[in-house]
Amino acid sequence: MTPDADTVQLLTPEGELVSHPEYHAEVSADGLRELYRDMAWSRRMDGEGVTLQRQGELGLWPSLLGQEAAQIGAGRALRDDDYVFPSYRDHAIALCRDVDPLHLLRMFRGVSNGGWDPAEKNFHLYTLVIGSQTLHATGYAMGTAKDGAEGAVLTCFGDGATSQGDVSEAFNFAAVYNAPVVFFCQNNQWAISEGNERQTRVPLYQRARGFGFPGIRVDGNDVLACLAVTKQALERARAGEGPTLIEAFTYRMGAHTTSDDPIRYRDSEELEHWRAKDPLARVRALLESRGWADEAFFADVDTRCEERASRLRTDLRETAEPPPGNIFAHVYADGHALVDEERADFAAYQASFTDREAK
Amino acid sequence: MTVTTLPLAKALNESLRKAMEDDPKVLLMGEDIGRLGGVFRVTDGLHKDFGEGRVIDTPLAESGIVGTAIGLALRGYRPVVEIQFDGFVFPAYDQIVTQLAKMHARALGKIKLPVVIRIPYGGGIGAVEHHSESPEALFAHVAGLKVVSPSNPSDAYWMMRQAIASDDPVIFLEPKRRYWDKGEVDTGTAPASLHAAQVAREGSDLTLAAYGPMVKVCLDAAAAAAAEGRSLEVLDLRSVSPLDFDAVQTSVQKTRRLVIVHEAPVFFGSGAEIAARITERCFYHLEAPVLRVGGYHSPYPPARLEQEYLPGLDRVLDAVDRSLAY
Ligand SMILES: Cc1ncc(C[n+]2csc(CCOP(=O)(O)OP(=O)(O)O)c2C)c(N)n1
Repeated sequence: MTPDADTVQLLTPEGELVSHPEYHAEVSADGLRELYRDMAWSRRMDGEGVTLQRQGELGLWPSLLGQEAAQIGAGRALRDDDYVFPSYRDHAIALCRDVDPLHLLRMFRGVSNGGWDPAEKNFHLYTLVIGSQTLHATGYAMGTAKDGAEGAVLTCFGDGATSQGDVSEAFNFAAVYNAPVVFFCQNNQWAISEGNERQTRVPLYQRARGFGFPGIRVDGNDVLACLAVTKQALERARAGEGPTLIEAFTYRMGAHTTSDDPIRYRDSEELEHWRAKDPLARVRALLESRGWADEAFFADVDTRCEERASRLRTDLRETAEPPPGNIFAHVYADGHALVDEERADFAAYQASFTDREAK
Repeated sequence: MTVTTLPLAKALNESLRKAMEDDPKVLLMGEDIGRLGGVFRVTDGLHKDFGEGRVIDTPLAESGIVGTAIGLALRGYRPVVEIQFDGFVFPAYDQIVTQLAKMHARALGKIKLPVVIRIPYGGGIGAVEHHSESPEALFAHVAGLKVVSPSNPSDAYWMMRQAIASDDPVIFLEPKRRYWDKGEVDTGTAPASLHAAQVAREGSDLTLAAYGPMVKVCLDAAAAAAAEGRSLEVLDLRSVSPLDFDAVQTSVQKTRRLVIVHEAPVFFGSGAEIAARITERCFYHLEAPVLRVGGYHSPYPPARLEQEYLPGLDRVLDAVDRSLAY
């Protein structure tokens, strides 16, 4: 699928600004450098995830390579009091929310099934069941509206997820209750090996209209456009004007996850076509053409990324294994007799080994 | 005076009303629960008194109802969800099992999901397909969920209050054929704990263990058996998960015989779990194998056949005879 003329773009792949009747790029030297730093760190952190998986430190890693602009654009559009319900590939948005990337790595290492406090950073746990979180986001947004609170809710999902009933149910609930939620679909063209043509017969952003709210397609490799479009959608939500669907038209450059082999289902031409639209390269081109960044700046970004990646690697390797008794931790808030009984049996069984070793 | 005589459905209604009065965060969600008051009228009048912001008529989408209830709970609300009929919970089963049950543990206890899912369940009312099922084992098997079922109006009132107060997700199974049965409800007396079994009738020869709609059948069976000089104890389990095995053990150590009765299919049902554990705990006390009476391994039959399918007085007494014959 190709984006149509309605696609919002503010920065071309060549690094040139274009004007749009409705959306405007926020360009200052500092702002643009920050966006570049964010994307560079996301890419580096993500690459570290892939490497660590290859080294056997992680069981799996879903790479965001190619989706940095979509995620940083959406992530930097958020206000502190907004709440995010992510999918499982939204590492860059997690970074924007100041979630320690160690949490993300630990989840894919198998230390936890989530493990962070969602309320601390207004960033919910990753959701692995495709599309489920869009309903949680909608319910949360319904609650936000009831509370008379100002924040909006952003929820992320893929193009494949739009085929799930839950996503359609979420669209409908959000519309019916005018919930302050922004549906952020990263259409990275592939749902593992299934392309868009296996998910939909109409451009995804057009679906929103059938539910009674606006849908917008944005160039998902253009961080300025993603930022502007998401900001406006969040403002609409906060102003009580209800949900918006954003389709960030982008591309997953890597494998679906580290266990996937994309060579079996997609060709290198497609990859090259999208490589030319790289989200970082176009911001770099703009920074250079404006004289807002020089070689030293980019070298500094790289050095800092390396330092952070190396610290992350060390921290991950030093992560303690969870104690076996954790199986029984937090199953219920109010406790459960069966869990208590099994915990005691398990402890006694474990202790029987220690006793034998001691002898 | 706080004692009134109410049908079970009305006791639930009073319970929901009290919970909503006490806590503005309690919300009701479901299909037709607003102006109609629910197809069984359990939410009757609540829409009028609390408004559509707290008694929410939802789109016809069970996954949507439970999924958004999760979101509302994350935001600090205490949603009480009505699934219109037992057979329609399955579109929401995904949200219940994969999300609702696990999220507390995934967040290392940092988030709580006080969601109650009310399901009118079980047969005996001559309903059409999908309106008479007993899915308790499917929920009890899932860690993170609690599963309870009252058998009388007093328990209906108090167990609902306790389920709403619980910080865990509770599957609240309402025995629909008992909705119109009346009983005394003392709204002033402190209740038994939500998960404690209670002796509904004392006896010394054999224990009948049941919950929800089958408690009355067992009480009737015990009355019939008494006429023949047999003393049956009836244990109302009230909670399927957690299950009060201590109470079952105490009763079995006294009577030395156990028959478990439920409407759900026997195969892999809650009776199997009880039988296994009680065999382990009471091996030297038992005079007979633990027996089970329940539904067959068949889809719930058409209404004209449900009396064959459901355990009635005769099948319960037959199992009692078999147990006593050992
Ligand atoms: C309900 C469900 N079905 C299947 C899967 C297995 N699965 C994991 S990711 C995926 C593809 C999802 O594609 P998409 O929604 O486009 O998101 P993307 O991975 O491209 O970001 C599938 C089928 C799952 N996690 N959940």
